[in-house]
Order: sequence, then C-alpha cells, then structure tokens
Amino acid sequence: MALPQVKQTATDARLAALSLPEGGWSRPAREAALARVQAMGLPGGRDEYWKYTRPDTLTAVEAPSAAVLEVGDEAPVFSARDRLKVVFVDGVFSAEESDELALEGLTIERLAEASDIHWAKDLYGTLETNGQTPVERPLAALNTAFATDGLLIRVTGKVEKPVHLLYRHESDSSDAILHHVVKVEEGGDVTLLESGPAAARFNKVIEVDVADGAGFHHVRVQGRDHERRAATHIFGRLGTESTFKTFTLTVNGVLTRNEAVIELTGDDAAVHVAGACMGDGDFHHDDTVFITHDAVNCESRQIFKKVLRNGATGVFQGKILVKPGAQKTDGYQISQSLLLDEDSQFLAKPELEIYADDVACSHGSTSGAIDEDGLFYLRARGVSRGTAEDLLTIAFIAEAVQEVEDESIQTEINELVAAWLGRRRG
Amino acid sequence: MLEIKNLQVKLEEEDKQILKGVDLTVEAGKVHAIMGPNGSGKSTLSYVLSGKDGYEVTGGEATLEGQDILEMEPEERAAAGLFLAFQYPVEIPGVGNMTFLRTAVNAQRKARGEEEMSSTEFLKVVREKAKSLKIDAEMLKRPVNVGFSGGEKKRNEILQMAMLEPKMCILDETDSGLDVDAMKLVADGVNALRGEGRSFLVITHYQRLLDHIKPDVVHIMANGRIIKTGGPELALEVENNGYADLIEEEA
Ligand SMILES: Nc1ncnc2c1ncn2[C@@H]1O[C@H](COP(=O)(O)OP(=O)(O)O)[C@@H](O)[C@H]1O
Ligand SMILES: [Mg+2]
Repeated sequence: MALPQVKQTATDARLAALSLPEGGWSRPAREAALARVQAMGLPGGRDEYWKYTRPDTLTAVEAPSAAVLEVGDEAPVFSARDRLKVVFVDGVFSAEESDELALEGLTIERLAEASDIHWAKDLYGTLETNGQTPVERPLAALNTAFATDGLLIRVTGKVEKPVHLLYRHESDSSDAILHHVVKVEEGGDVTLLESGPAAARFNKVIEVDVADGAGFHHVRVQGRDHERRAATHIFGRLGTESTFKTFTLTVNGVLTRNEAVIELTGDDAAVHVAGACMGDGDFHHDDTVFITHDAVNCESRQIFKKVLRNGATGVFQGKILVKPGAQKTDGYQISQSLLLDEDSQFLAKPELEIYADDVACSHGSTSGAIDEDGLFYLRARGVSRGTAEDLLTIAFIAEAVQEVEDESIQTEINELVAAWLGRRRG
Repeated sequence: MLEIKNLQVKLEEEDKQILKGVDLTVEAGKVHAIMGPNGSGKSTLSYVLSGKDGYEVTGGEATLEGQDILEMEPEERAAAGLFLAFQYPVEIPGVGNMTFLRTAVNAQRKARGEEEMSSTEFLKVVREKAKSLKIDAEMLKRPVNVGFSGGEKKRNEILQMAMLEPKMCILDETDSGLDVDAMKLVADGVNALRGEGRSFLVITHYQRLLDHIKPDVVHIMANGRIIKTGGPELALEVENNGYADLIEEEA
C-alpha cells in the first residue's frame, strides 16, 4: 500500500540523510529493518499512535539543536556505586572514560566491533520486529537499521555489579542512534543502569531476552538538559518464571517518548514497568507501554506518575493484551498525574484487550492537584511551602520509585529527586 | 503570650460570619480551656490562628508575644512558637513520619537561625519522646498518620508538639476518640511540657480531659463568641448542666 504523500516525502528525506552501516553479521537485519521503515513510513502527525505527541522533530532530517546543561560540580547519578561504567559521548563510545569491558557473569562487546559469528545475530532486530505488530513502531526499525553502536551483553550468571551506561551530551547538534542487546541466560540476573541526556536528539533501542528463571533489572535516569529530545524503546521477551523490572526517572527534556514493549511468553513470569517524571513549561513526556500476556499465571504492573507544572504535558498510552489461553493473568496498570497548575495537562489512554476468561486486570488513571490539607499540615509544623510541595511531590512519585527492587538505588533516586527539586528552588 | 482582640472571621467563599468578636488573653505559663457546643467556632479559631486558607479576618487582631501573627505564613507562625494539635490530623501517604518530624524540627530551627539537629541527636530524642507516648518504631517509620488509629493520630500530634517545643500550644479536641488510658498518655505528654513559660489553649467538649490537664482559666464559646470565662469550676458546671443554661443566660 502506498504511503500518504506527506509521509513518503518525510521518510525519503530522513532516509536519504542516513547511511546504512557496513554492519558485518548485523547487515541482513539492518537491511530488513530498512525495508520495514520504507514500508511503514516514519511516524506522522496523523497516526493514531502519535495522537498526543508530535513526532516531527523526532523524524526531521536534522536534530533540532539542544544546549548542554551546565551542572557544575554535581556528581553524576550512580557514580558512587561499584559498577561497570560504559560511557557514550553524543552517541560515540569513549574508551578513555569507560571501564574495561569485562565483568564476572557476563560478556560485553560493542555492536560496532562485534566479530562476525555472533550470538546476538539471532536477537538483533528480532524483538523489535516482533514488537511491530499489532502496532507499528517505525522509529525502532529506523534504529535497528542505522544504529552506529551499542552494547551486546550476554549474561550467564548472577552478576554482582550493575552495568552502567552513562550517556554524555556535549554537542548542541548531536543526533545519536544506539542499539543494545541483552541476553540473560537461564538463571542469570543483571542490573542495567542508564543515565544522562545522551545527545541533542537520541534514538535508542534495547532488546532484552530473559530466559527461564532469569532476571533483568533496569533503572534509568534520563538527562535533564532542557532542550534534548529522546525516542526510546525497550523490547522485552520473558521466559518461564523470569522477572523483568524497569524504572525510569525523567526530569526536563523538551520531548521524550519512552516505549516499552514486553511479551510474556513463559508461564509464571513477572514484568514491572514504572516511570516517574517531573516537567516544567515546555516539557512533553510520553510513556507508551504495550504488554502482551501469552502464557499462564503471569503478572504485569505498569505504574506511572507525572508531576507537571507551567503548562507541561504528560502522556500515557498503556495497553495490556491478554491472548487466548493466557489464563490466571494478573495485570495492573495505574497512571497518575499531579498537576501543579491549571495550564498543565495529562492525556491518558489506558487499554485492556482480553481474550481469556480467567484473568484479573485492573487499570486506573487520575489527575489531581496538590493536597491542600497535607500542604497546610506540613506548613503548620514549620515546613516552608516550597519544601512541603517537594515532600508531597516525592510522596506522589513514591509508588513508582518503589518498583526499584534494590533499596540503595531507590534511596539514591529519592535523594536525587530531592536535590534537584531543592536546586530548582535555589 | 497570646492576645486575641475582637477577632471577627468569615468564610472566604461564603457570606458566613463564624467568629463574631472573640476576646481572649492567654498569659505565659498558663493553661486555658475553651469549651462549647459543636459548631460554635472553636476549630475555626484554631485554624485562623495557625493560618489556614479559606477564612477571612474581617476585624480584630491576634498577637503572639506582641507580634501580629495574622499576616504571617503558617510556617512563620510555627517558627514563632505556635503549635496546633489538629482535631483531624492529616494523612500524608508517601512521607515517612520520621522524615516529616526531622524536616519540621530542622525547618523551624533554621527559620530561627539555630543550628540543625544532627541525625544521631534527632534519633535519640525522638525515640525517647516516642517511648513515653507508647509510639513504637514501626509507627515512626510509617507514612504520616496513614493507617493510624484515632488514638495513634492524637498521640502522634503530641509527639510532634514534644519535638517542636512550641511556646503556645493549641489542642483542638485532642481527647476526642480516646479511651481512658490513651487520654492519660496524652495528658501526661502535655503535663510534661507545662512550665517554662509555655502556654496552652485546650479545646475540649469534656470535663474529663480537664481532670488530667488542670486549667487555670475556662472559657465557654458559643455562636462565635466567648460568652463566659471563669475558673476550673466552670467546666464542672458545664459537665453537670450542659451549655443550654449558659447560652440562655447570655441571650
Ligand atoms: N471551611 C468551612 N466551610 C464551611 N463551613 C465551615 C467551614 N469552617 C467552619 N464552618 C462552619 O463554621 C461553624 C463553626 O465550625 P467549627 O469552627 O468547626 O466549630 P467547632 O469546632 O466549635 O465545632 C460551623 O457552622 C461550621 O459548619
Ligand atoms: Mg471543632
């Protein structure tokens, strides 16, 4: 079917400005992904799935410029932890700043350097392809085709230290495309941390295959450079009795679209997808989640909290699809916004589609102002209005932050939020 | 300590006058009680003094140690030494009781230009005071007032009062919903804080709290005014005869 003219033109222009990396073993997957993008076309303003978020700056030929935020002597998040650090500056791997790519319990290599016969060959682009139905995600296919680098992580045991991907942003005009593949083998367990603004415009995909009995933990803090844009996808496939938990904290950024596309394919598996964001003014944050239950007795939780002020916009599109036979499914979804003024808005589209009869699924979505009684109570005890608001804000996002299993990381996230809120107040 | 002169208050949103000229002076170190039927304006008085939104002062004044408090923000009044034990303590999900207490103590210290309490010192003090109010470690960890029983909430108010060491304490029906034992705990908590020039304004329906917290002066409030002031015997009179006689007498 021919694409609408506007979409065709935009897609052609964007593709003409990119070149397909040589890619070695990944080349066939990249060519197939390019064909997918050509067939789908890039997202356009009329697409139903982009009803609440304008994709034009994400698909434009050039990345709109984004100033780098000066953070002074503020220590980067996670930097005090014992971890394997891997640094990308504007999407380019930095050998000097990264640790040696070695850690007990896993192998880790760069996509740009991986040798010709590779385990990731079966995975690269595979979960992304699966995630294209029933809803198309052209930016993810674009990523598979044109990613310049990324990490290929194969987890064979329980890894003690987290792997930390630190994305630095130095150039106002950088346009980065990174693609990571994580394969957690049977009984393996790993924590992946991500932080930083990455680039003026960042397109990132992570594909995660979690085998039977394995665990994957992901905690991400997106950089708070005001003008940065990001379109990210995390694709997950879960085997029997496996666990997948992801949490994202987003503060600032003019445009963020985070998609999570997870498929429960083995019985008794659990996936938790959570996010907290705080935005001010020119801030648009979109969480789009699609969870497919295709096995028995699985649990899924989606927990999203958005704090919006000065005309900021929050979007949540979350779906739970329960396939025929996926009995005993336990699905939960909540999306809530705290609107600190009347100019801000929260747009939510929760969806359930269920083809099994023995399931328990619930979803809810709320928008509310700050609790005036709570605010007065705190102030009557001597807490300033600003600090009281901060406390209530942290309390509001707590349910999402609590999804982070590691308590020390939870604490670090809470401290970070408190520090950022305090800093904003000066 | 606290001087209220001809205080008149209406609701901000409605044309409803609630306080119709309240006069009240609480001297340093004294305990005053206010009794009165439901709806007479006792809670309104306590809210207006502590700075809650939604009320409009249409006349009169209120000073704390000579300072006009009605123009101050609620947190400034607290730092100046005013404390209200709420009739209905507010639940704050997600904010731990300890965090709340420490934030409050340090905010007030900072506002007064004093040094913040170190976390070890804070812990020591809070544990000690919680113990005497039979507040266990679990309750200190839980979110502020969430899932607390009525009695636990009231004891938690007294714990906050003990930690903040205010000069002027207003207790709004702190005895309601308490059984005899809990009331004794609360009263002991209050009595432990008496002295050192600290003043109390105890709002209550019942004589029984006043058996434990002996007031110096008792006021009767009805229909937005103080209609009678006397000694502790006035509370007994109310206990025996109700308010009706007093209100009629006034009218
Ligand atoms: N925020 C409010 N909105 C509406 N009515 C109020 C409000 N606050 C107080 N009132 C009214 O003012 C009167 C006094 O109430 P209150 O001060 O709570 O009395 P008390 O504490 O003595 O029982 C009551 O008639 C009550 O309904
Ligand atoms: Mg009352």
